[in-house]
Amino acid sequence: MAEASYPEDLKYHAEHDWARIDGDQATFGITWYAQDALGEVVFFDPPEVGTQVSKDQAYAEVESVKAVSDVFAPLSGEIVEVNEALADSPENINADPYGDGWMVKVRLSDTSEVDALMDVAAYRELL
Amino acid sequence: MLGAIGVDSVDELFADIPESVRLDREIDLPPGLSEQEVHDHLAALAARNRHADAEVSFLGAGMYDHYVPALIDNLLSRSEFLTPYTPYQPEISQGGLQVMFEFQTAISELTGMPVSNASVYEGPSAVAAAGYLAKLQTRRTKLVASRGLHPHSRAALRTHAVGYGMSVEEVPLTGKGATDIEALAAAIDDDTAAVFVQQPNFLGTVEELGELAKAGGGTGALVVCAADPLALGILKPPGEQGVDICVGEGQTLGNRLDFGGPSFGFFAASERFLRKMPGRIAGETRDVEGKRGFVLTLQTREQHIRRDKATHNICTAQALNALAGVVYLSWLGKRGLVELAELMLRRTHHARESLGLDAINPGPVVREFAVRVPDLDGLFERARAERVNPGYRLGRDYPEYEDGLLVAITERRTREDIERLARLVGERAGVAA
Amino acid sequence: MSAGSGRAAAEGERPLDPRAGDEAVTIFERSSSGRRAFVAPALDVPEVPVAELLPASQLREQPAELPEISEPELVRHYVMLSSKNFHLDEGFYPLGSCTMKHNPKLHERVAALPGHARLHPLQDPEYAQGALELMWRLQNALSEIAGLPHVSLQPSAGSHGELAGLLLTRAYHEDRGERKTKVLTPDTAHGTNPATVTMAGYEVVKVGTADDGGVDLDDLRAKATDEVACLMLTNPNTLGLFDRNIEEIARIVHDAGATLYYDGANLNAIMGVARPGDMGFDIVHYNLHKTFTQPHGGGGPGAGPIAVSDRIEQFLPTPQVLRRGGDNGAGRFVLDDDRPKSIGKLRGFHGNFGVFVRSYAYIRSLGADGLKDASEVAVLNANYLKARLAEEGIGEYLPIAFDRTCMHEFVLSGRGAKEKLGVRTLDIAKRMLDHGVHPPTVYFPLLVAEALMIEPTETETKERLDGFADVVRAILEEAAADPEIARNAPYTTPVRRLDEAAAAKQPVVRWRPAA
Repeated sequence: MAEASYPEDLKYHAEHDWARIDGDQATFGITWYAQDALGEVVFFDPPEVGTQVSKDQAYAEVESVKAVSDVFAPLSGEIVEVNEALADSPENINADPYGDGWMVKVRLSDTSEVDALMDVAAYRELL
Repeated sequence: MLGAIGVDSVDELFADIPESVRLDREIDLPPGLSEQEVHDHLAALAARNRHADAEVSFLGAGMYDHYVPALIDNLLSRSEFLTPYTPYQPEISQGGLQVMFEFQTAISELTGMPVSNASVYEGPSAVAAAGYLAKLQTRRTKLVASRGLHPHSRAALRTHAVGYGMSVEEVPLTGKGATDIEALAAAIDDDTAAVFVQQPNFLGTVEELGELAKAGGGTGALVVCAADPLALGILKPPGEQGVDICVGEGQTLGNRLDFGGPSFGFFAASERFLRKMPGRIAGETRDVEGKRGFVLTLQTREQHIRRDKATHNICTAQALNALAGVVYLSWLGKRGLVELAELMLRRTHHARESLGLDAINPGPVVREFAVRVPDLDGLFERARAERVNPGYRLGRDYPEYEDGLLVAITERRTREDIERLARLVGERAGVAA
Repeated sequence: MSAGSGRAAAEGERPLDPRAGDEAVTIFERSSSGRRAFVAPALDVPEVPVAELLPASQLREQPAELPEISEPELVRHYVMLSSKNFHLDEGFYPLGSCTMKHNPKLHERVAALPGHARLHPLQDPEYAQGALELMWRLQNALSEIAGLPHVSLQPSAGSHGELAGLLLTRAYHEDRGERKTKVLTPDTAHGTNPATVTMAGYEVVKVGTADDGGVDLDDLRAKATDEVACLMLTNPNTLGLFDRNIEEIARIVHDAGATLYYDGANLNAIMGVARPGDMGFDIVHYNLHKTFTQPHGGGGPGAGPIAVSDRIEQFLPTPQVLRRGGDNGAGRFVLDDDRPKSIGKLRGFHGNFGVFVRSYAYIRSLGADGLKDASEVAVLNANYLKARLAEEGIGEYLPIAFDRTCMHEFVLSGRGAKEKLGVRTLDIAKRMLDHGVHPPTVYFPLLVAEALMIEPTETETKERLDGFADVVRAILEEAAADPEIARNAPYTTPVRRLDEAAAAKQPVVRWRPAA
């Protein structure tokens, strides 16, 4: 994705991760800023379905040719689905960070944590 | 130049160094010498070493007197190979990177393992590096090593294991000088990260590698084999016998004895360990115009990117020595390697028969074997006087073989040399030949 | 391949490189069944069938697919490959922290003497006195240079020396019944430092850098708790700056009961001027392939000997080279392995002896006066080049990261070029390839944006330094006129920019025969 973009309907985390809330589930990924800083992503190894993730903790790593970055969970919960397609096409994280570049889907353990996340305006200000 | 910098003396450039730590005298070393004087001094030192051309040597035990062809000296002395740094700018390092790629291919072929790196320091520390991969992969805390592993490999493994927070347990050899497979199976449990065997083992025994791998890998431990690369010319590759990681000492592939170094270590593994391997790996790719080229790849494993989470701390390895290795293997070639290994095999067999001594390891051997020698001291005394070096005294590392001698037969040991050793062995004080 | 590739040739560009046309062919692809270079010596013992001498289970069924090639073609292949390497004997190579100084040619001659090259490591020490004496003298020289009494030559490279240092630290503390879990490293540290910390079983704690480029003392004081085993430092640091507070740093670290470790990568700045031992360091490693001219070989061999203080001596790796008896040179040299508290062995045998020969020859060639001279000129050259690169036309695009007198190297930031010209440090580096110089170290240390770490070394002439400054100026001028040129550089090298992403996504790490 060539131009910076930050969808209105998402929540944002200071470590440049986003969350799309859907009832008691959420989808996580990294923002345009994060993928731009990394460069072309060459490897993403998701944790297994069933893994517990905790808010503000790293749950995976994403690699470009010259860098490795931790991926942080904006919210806590249990992983119910991972994006298997990223194994063959990790570049989706660059091309479509909010769509095909989604990383994991989580069943939330504490929906009140959502309040601690930023909306798009606050995240834009952070950048 | 001082003017351009804006100082009056070179001394001012060192102003940041506090007086209290400045050296207030000259370094206590002699003044510099001319090239000729340095040469003569080094030559005088060298002259006091009895090297492999000054005696008939049956000394092996991890490094061997093989013939290195002249073209290797010639190629390695080229500035283009000798003087560049690690290929961080691939566009101007295609020579070095392609050499790495070819080296990786040759090692992969020899060992039967799908992936290899571009070298590590040498054999024993390669064994230790395999232990680190096993730690990262399994998170277990125990390492199990056969006593058939080179004593230096076991020692290096122990030393590194202290840092890994792991213990090392040794498995004994049988009365025939091979790894005790029952003891091996009994030594492993759910906390064993890796099992280590050597092929051929330190005594020269050809191990039943497939059986050992099965026994060792039972609880999910990684099976690591330290293998001799020349012997792999005629021995079944570890990769075809259930081995997960194959490492080894590369000195025999076109490198000098050099009093123990530099040589190189090789590190090869199953595909699933590729992203956990230590050291440099060269990969093939294309440039912007579609031309074939090579780059250092999977660098995110390495210390300069992954830092505290790197798969190993290695930076400088043994690139020039690995070049010698791949050139040597190419010089031998597909058939030549087999011929050389078969020559060693037959001469070694002949030597063991000729000596007529009690065999510590009577089973199959390739280049080296262990025998019991009554009056070992006497043999060495007689042999030295004739400028023959009978081999390695096993008692140093294996108290159970106090009278043991490890004899190595390379392609440089002729039938005549062997007969000479046999005569010396037979000439015990007061005993007719 | 044409240099222009669709754009007008730029001024200052090298003539088209004749090497540029070769498409890469591996040695395996040059194979032709039946060809050979090697001829085996005649079989002079009975030709017993192989199947009688090896168990069937261990018999190799298919030979390894090694090349089948004649000697002339083998030589041509590797000579052709060598022509695709830029190298130190060809041109300027200012890689920061690598110390690319000239490799004296005498060293190859003395290393090749049979008494060195053909000596087996397990030869009876009585018949290896020359080798042991060389090692002993090298140990003494290194000890003098670093100001610490006890040396082990065993580690194979700097990283190996670092690991030795931390394992020694661990042994030292455990011997005293002390339990330590952390090691401090500055945030400017070379990657090998934190990697080593983890391998040695410690946790990395990063110490910040102050505005003057040195260690942040307040941060250090806060982090130097009794859980800390060691602080790993290099001085001058990776910014090329001498930390003036080194004595205070040593005090803080020692008061916490930790050891102070010196990464010797930057030793070239201070030989004969100051010594890490005198600064308070307990353990030092040397990079013989940096400071002491062992040729880099495209990525090794090197050697990383270590020197330690008295309190660490008993833990040194085994064996140690000692001289026994005779004060007037009549003593005998031995390999002592009666060392009950030694950390053991880090590798086989005694270390990279061939590297010791070259480094020892270097030290004897230069002597006390020459070594100091080397460091002084290294620092002079770096400061001169720094001044040239601060001139108008360069300095505003590549500002110095820390504006202080540097030692043997200095770090510029490419942020000016990025903002004002739209070219990154990477692009500048690639365009340098077309000018026949090796780029500096780039994107390290991480602390500096778009970093260029430049270390000219003492063996470069003023003309070479001026020539490099001219190259930098030319590249920036060109970028001001047309940034696209640098962004698509290089043009005249055997290959142009390579797809590293593809190489990482779908790694191909060996040649495979066609199916």
